[in-house]
Amino acid sequence: METVKKQETKQPMQGPEKPQKKVESISPWKEAYWQLRKNKLAIVGLCIVLFFILIAALAPFITTHTVSGMNAADRLTGPSSDYWFGTDYSGRDIFTRIVYGAQISLIVGFFAVTGAMFFGSLLGIVAGYYGRWVDMLISRVFDIMLAFPSILLAIAIVAMLGPSLQNALIAIAIINIPIFGRLVRSKVISIRQEEYILAAKAQGMKSSRILIHHVLPNSTAPIIVQATLGFGVAILEAAALGFLGLGAQAPTPEWGRMLSDSRQYIQSAPWTVLFPGLSIMLVVLGFNMIGDGLRDALDPKMKS
Amino acid sequence: MKKPVLEVNQLQTHFFTDRGEVPAVDNVSFEIHSGEVLGVVGESGCGKSVTSLSVMGLIPKPPGKIVGGEILFRPQQDEGEKEENLVKVSKKRMRQIRGNQIAMIFQEPMTSLDPLYKIGYQIIEGVRNHRAVSKKEGRQIAIDMLKLVGIPRAEEIVDEYPHQLSGGMRQRVMIAIAMACDPEVLIADEPTTALDVTIQAQILELMKKLNREKGTAIMMITHDLGVVAEMCDRVVVMYAGKVVEQGDVRTILKSPKHPYTQGLIRSLPKMGKRESRLYSIPGNVPKPGSIKNGCRFAARCPAVFDRCYQENPELIEMKEGHACRCFLYDSKEAEVSHV
Repeated sequence: METVKKQETKQPMQGPEKPQKKVESISPWKEAYWQLRKNKLAIVGLCIVLFFILIAALAPFITTHTVSGMNAADRLTGPSSDYWFGTDYSGRDIFTRIVYGAQISLIVGFFAVTGAMFFGSLLGIVAGYYGRWVDMLISRVFDIMLAFPSILLAIAIVAMLGPSLQNALIAIAIINIPIFGRLVRSKVISIRQEEYILAAKAQGMKSSRILIHHVLPNSTAPIIVQATLGFGVAILEAAALGFLGLGAQAPTPEWGRMLSDSRQYIQSAPWTVLFPGLSIMLVVLGFNMIGDGLRDALDPKMKS
Repeated sequence: MKKPVLEVNQLQTHFFTDRGEVPAVDNVSFEIHSGEVLGVVGESGCGKSVTSLSVMGLIPKPPGKIVGGEILFRPQQDEGEKEENLVKVSKKRMRQIRGNQIAMIFQEPMTSLDPLYKIGYQIIEGVRNHRAVSKKEGRQIAIDMLKLVGIPRAEEIVDEYPHQLSGGMRQRVMIAIAMACDPEVLIADEPTTALDVTIQAQILELMKKLNREKGTAIMMITHDLGVVAEMCDRVVVMYAGKVVEQGDVRTILKSPKHPYTQGLIRSLPKMGKRESRLYSIPGNVPKPGSIKNGCRFAARCPAVFDRCYQENPELIEMKEGHACRCFLYDSKEAEVSHV
């Protein structure tokens, strides 16, 4: 038995290694990217979102009219070569307003999600890492916030702060905090049990370093997925608040606002509501498709 | 003779659970000399791992707590022979010792590396934690360490991710990380359990080599007597949180005294001998803390007698360096000539 063992120990270690092709180092992120590229739906979603980002960025160059330039003579005209998406009740070009509305929606989505992600992750990490009464306190606050229908809570917050686009954004960020918070908390708790965290401790690392360099990076996958999905939700919520008159105010070309302003013309001039509605739907669909694709790519275990 | 590099005296680590206080490690004492390999043997749940985590100061608290005893650490590299009690030192000092002077490797190489970082980075991270090393030097150290632990293509492997390596390779990397700071004591908690037999042999060979070349003392936690025979100089046998027998590896394997050690050795398959069934010690390991009075092995012991259920046996010195916790060898019993 001894001799057999000896042979086996020597064989794979020593001896000239065959010249091998250099193995490329594949980071887990790179692998997730490959996975994502294979997912057709996610690519379609990505294209939709990129399209909206592009038109938002190039707004001044692709529009032929001004945002609030009214033309009373052309009230409620249907789509034509002059007005691609028609005009609304005060003769404003709907295409132009949709394009500038894309800017607003994307900005609202971005800042609401960033804010919610930042504060939610912070609270989630604190709750998950310190545990005990800190966790108890934070988790119960999250539970209370989640007990309200989210749009109701948003309405309450906007009612308190006063209706404006900025306050709508703040409200949307706040109502999304517990969603990120709970996600991060549960992830932190499960990562803390991982053996590589114990191994890092055994190397004498400070817990703050372990938290920032090992726990947090390993928790990012679900945060990214939730952020992408949350982007769509935030745009939808902004539109809902705008529709209710609690978000963007009158001349602002916000999609939800445009819908509510035009809703009495839904039968006589359907294009006035069709295009804003379609835009909201497309953008949200795009983000959801990317989000689902990312989830499949980043967290294969969640696929069922 | 030089004083041992690590000396554990009457260590008591208890866990405070809903069902009361559980003494996972109960008055355990042992010592490791510089350059020595000490085997800690026992079944699952006998307190081996808790003992090693106690030494590292990594007992999760709550619920665990070291309630008594001392862990004396005497670094031998600086000749001052300072003595530190690891139970008492500050958290900050413990962090400096951990990973730098006392390192540890774990059972599961598959999950012991952070999946998001390159191998090289994980080695350097440990080193930079204790020493001021530039990134470039660190990379060289990482490559040297990988070569030391016998990883081929070290220059390429430093830039690979854990998921690109096999279990045996990852355990080598874990050893490289542990050895990168040149520790005085390496605690190996069942380092080969998760690996297949040929890889096991390679890893043991590697650890033996490091022990010989670097003089690192190794505390080898295992339930595998084959590993003990291969690796260790001395052995501590634990049962239900207590040391039941200790001595040098020859004595323990050739002439075990405690009925539990005898049972363990009898349970091993023997070469060239056909047996229809392997021997096994009857019964189960008692839950820690469930036996209040008497010897903890009494219920499973083939040589049990009345006294075993009433009194706690002490460790009895058999001869130089060999001790056994059993009434069979008590001088009082010898007079009655009981077997």
